[in-house]
Amino acid sequence: MQIYLNGEAYSLDRVISLAELIELTGLTGKRLAIELNLDIVPRSQHAETLLSDGDRVEIVHAIGGG
Amino acid sequence: MTDLSQDALEIAGVRYRSRLLVGTGKYKDMAETGRAIEASGAEIVTVAIRRTNIGQNPDEPNLLDVVPPDRYTILPNTAGCFTAEDAVRTCRLARELLDGHKLVKLEVLADQKTLFPNVVETLKAAEVLVKDGFDVMVYTSDDPIIARELSAMGCVAVMPLAGLIGSGMGICNPWNLRIILEEATVPVLVDAGVGTASDATIAMELGCAGVLMNSAIAHADQPVLMAQAMHHAVLAGRGAYLAGRMPRKLYATASSPLDGTIR
Repeated sequence: MQIYLNGEAYSLDRVISLAELIELTGLTGKRLAIELNLDIVPRSQHAETLLSDGDRVEIVHAIGGG
Repeated sequence: MTDLSQDALEIAGVRYRSRLLVGTGKYKDMAETGRAIEASGAEIVTVAIRRTNIGQNPDEPNLLDVVPPDRYTILPNTAGCFTAEDAVRTCRLARELLDGHKLVKLEVLADQKTLFPNVVETLKAAEVLVKDGFDVMVYTSDDPIIARELSAMGCVAVMPLAGLIGSGMGICNPWNLRIILEEATVPVLVDAGVGTASDATIAMELGCAGVLMNSAIAHADQPVLMAQAMHHAVLAGRGAYLAGRMPRKLYATASSPLDGTIR
């Protein structure tokens, strides 16, 4: 199946959770926030939130800005 | 006599010793960012919220390591947002990122060339965010009527531009700022336009509650030194404002007594 991760198509060979997606993208342990189909998914729900085909996921972090 | 060391900026019920707020963008590297922020003495520090780079530089240094949230009040901004909807989404992501943190800097921009605020979208976003429980510090034009609307809506601080973002043009319209300040019911901070220390001092002498800047420090030849200068500039301007300046006079008045002059 395919999801859209930060605006780019991203293929997954099975259904995974947001927590697994974080691991897969090498972001484990980073301070980040996730939006799934325009809704915030709290950190406490990353492990139990499973992705579906066509989902739009945004993973953001803090960078320098004024 | 007013004691400047006891002076505090109160925003959303929290008292801050420093009236200088600084951004974290445009520095050479994270180390310089950290040193400049520290030298500025700022307690409130803005950050941007952006997509993570998937699959690139997994070990890149994290901004929040050099400006740790347990030491600084992090002020996430909505820079780069051109619609109310994107600004609201960004604030909600920031709140999740920062563990329920409510203080945000709302800015909804109109176009890339001027980065002028789109006040129509800003008003829409402010209304949603205030209802949603955010403490909104709002970047806006120096239009006194819009500033009044934003504070009536419940924004915790109104932050008119003094000049265009990143322009370093200084306080372009002190008269509008004065009108905004005269009727302010919440802290008014100059955000954007400051180019050098005297600009910050002028903003504070006008009676602004604080100054927010990024480029003026980050784009100085020596950012850490400029950060120190800005720290002093804001204090100087605040002190002069509280002290109350002498009246302007067209003609001279001697400082030395005329009595006893030799003939």
